[in-house]
Amino acid sequence: MMVTERRPILLANGRILDPSRDLDIQGDLLLADGVVREAKRGIGAAGVPEGTEVIDCKGKVVAPGLIDMRAFVGEPGAEYRETIASASQAAAAGGVTTIVCQPDTSPVIDDPAIVDFVLRRARDTSIVHVQPMAALTKGLRGDEMAEIGLLKAAGAIAFTQGAKSVTNAQVMRRALTYARDFDALIVHHTEDPDIVGEGVMNEGEFAARLGLAGVPTAAETIMLERDMRLVALTESRYHAASLTCAEALEVLRRAKEQGLEVTASASINHLTLNEIDVGPYRTFLKLSPPLRAEDDRAALVAALASGLIDVVMSDHNPQDVEGKRLPFAEASAGAIGLETMLTAGLRLVHGAELPLMTLIKAMSSRPAEILGLTGGNLRQGSPADVIVVDLDSPWVLDPAELKSKCKNTPFDEARLQGRVVRTIVAGRTVYEYV
Amino acid sequence: MNIAQKSTFVLNQRHLLGIEGLSPAEILGLLDLAEEFVALNRQIEKKQSSLRGRTLINLFFEVSTRTQASFELAGKRLGADVMNMSVGSSSMRKGETLIDTAITLNAMRPDIIVVRHHASGAVELLARKVDCSVINAGDGSHEHPTQALLDALTIRRNKGRIERLTVAICGDILHSRVARSNIILLNALGARVRVVAPSTLLPVGIERFGVEVSRDMREGLHDADIVMMLRLQRERMNGSFVPSTQEYFHYFGLDQKKLAYAKPDALVMHPGPMNRGVEIDTAVADGAQSLIREQVEMGVAVRMAVLEALSRTLPNA
Repeated sequence: MMVTERRPILLANGRILDPSRDLDIQGDLLLADGVVREAKRGIGAAGVPEGTEVIDCKGKVVAPGLIDMRAFVGEPGAEYRETIASASQAAAAGGVTTIVCQPDTSPVIDDPAIVDFVLRRARDTSIVHVQPMAALTKGLRGDEMAEIGLLKAAGAIAFTQGAKSVTNAQVMRRALTYARDFDALIVHHTEDPDIVGEGVMNEGEFAARLGLAGVPTAAETIMLERDMRLVALTESRYHAASLTCAEALEVLRRAKEQGLEVTASASINHLTLNEIDVGPYRTFLKLSPPLRAEDDRAALVAALASGLIDVVMSDHNPQDVEGKRLPFAEASAGAIGLETMLTAGLRLVHGAELPLMTLIKAMSSRPAEILGLTGGNLRQGSPADVIVVDLDSPWVLDPAELKSKCKNTPFDEARLQGRVVRTIVAGRTVYEYV
Repeated sequence: MNIAQKSTFVLNQRHLLGIEGLSPAEILGLLDLAEEFVALNRQIEKKQSSLRGRTLINLFFEVSTRTQASFELAGKRLGADVMNMSVGSSSMRKGETLIDTAITLNAMRPDIIVVRHHASGAVELLARKVDCSVINAGDGSHEHPTQALLDALTIRRNKGRIERLTVAICGDILHSRVARSNIILLNALGARVRVVAPSTLLPVGIERFGVEVSRDMREGLHDADIVMMLRLQRERMNGSFVPSTQEYFHYFGLDQKKLAYAKPDALVMHPGPMNRGVEIDTAVADGAQSLIREQVEMGVAVRMAVLEALSRTLPNA
């Protein structure tokens, strides 16, 4: 673990991006006492406190640390897949300074004591911030709502079923209604499990050719449509955890136009890959929801560019070799993503599908606003969670170099361009690429 | 007496995992080679020695009578030592993974492994972990290449060609590896392929396989030269994909009346095992237009051809 002492840091001569105010300037950023002091042109070495570490960022981008709204960690209960410590190392290497972890642990995070456990483990072992989401229903069973008030008071940042959906509309309605009294955010995975059935990849020609059972996009659209009606009924805050298809985006657009307090995420996988990448039964590309058609991927990127999709998240989901070295239908779903989220996103920037500012915004200031966090921007007084990014250097991903305990990356041996070269959390450098 | 082999056809690949990826020339090469084995199999002395010293393992994770027996006979007639392993007696039951089984068997230095597995892609996964040749004897709903080859051989022997024939494949297309392999092969050889099934048994995207799609037997069988029936699994009959066997037979079961929609000289095929009274009527199955028994005979010959063609590229061949 590389945690340096906390001296003031001057990130000099960089391209400073603060998506919270559309700031894009050449200049210097001064960090001291764990907060951002100022960002402007020409602070220079003369204008900084004694003992300041001056880091030349010429040719690099200086941006807020990323906030990953959806990462499955594995602690407690599945430490062999990922601990909070190993996830935090992976996060730091990927420029993620805040992980929002999911409650489908063992035991489930449905009790204030477990929220407290996670927060204490994070304090003791993590090099980045960790914000746990709590279960929306007890044991994630989908029938009785969890202690939303007490869990929020203990530090739960939002409420979710993880990678599951609440199928009972009455339970969902009551949970949304009750959550409103605590101004609690509900984050929901929108996939009707009955329509999914035995489906393991996007329904269509490719699934048919591979002889794999398909998941139609309607599984997502139906659940999202239902949720939008319930949000209208209950006037609650709602965030769609992972949208993947053009039809669902249309549902989202109508809900937003209607004035509902609805936001949505897309995973970096669904923005940069499609069903064809599954190729010859590559289980590292088995995801839930599944990778969709190229038209859906393109629609998702367009929705991100227009702001319809608010957040890009990693959907980090470590699965060990035993779970992946199986026939496709039997393999576990999920891919790691903390370390590659930004780099993979840069593919969209280099491919001129997306402006850099939009990408960074969807990974920093937007999730911060939705979750009510103070970070995700470079304003004076904000937490000194900052990353330095080299946009251009080409490299090939070697899974052996990944910090995550599991190596199930869909970008296995992929050619990538651009990477995080420094990650600073609360004014301390926690990762440096050398 | 041995029939001197005229064909010197070699399959320039280590495995046979599917029809997908085979060129028309390779398919025809296999069919021509199989013709020679048909003649051999009709002699008293059926044995050859081209696979002598070779070890063939039949690894079946799914129960099978005819395919396993067919591969066993094919291997033995070519002189190989054949070992049958089925899931009931294997360590998969003790929790060993497919890949561990592959690695274990590989260490015993077989020359060819024939694999059937209930999951699509499982045979390909296993093939990546072994040094020997692997033949797909059926993987999930994906492919069953030797079935498509034996069907093609049967059709060619009875119709003299495959090109421009109209072949109607009827029944559970959705779950059928036989249908997928046949569609690819028949298209490659220039046949006109139709699939006929209720919509619940058609995969989404099937129209992009280069087939005509029909939901009605009268329309689908019209002018057909070949009517290929598929088996409907018992667990899919009662309410999940079709309401009942009675209703299914009424609309999609092949009886004399429906067969009359096809050409007068149309021939009937079925990969077996048949559900008489569900997808096919006994009178049709055993009737004059049925090729079902001949398909079984061709199965042995085709599998001998595949073993022979693959073995010609084995190390030390």
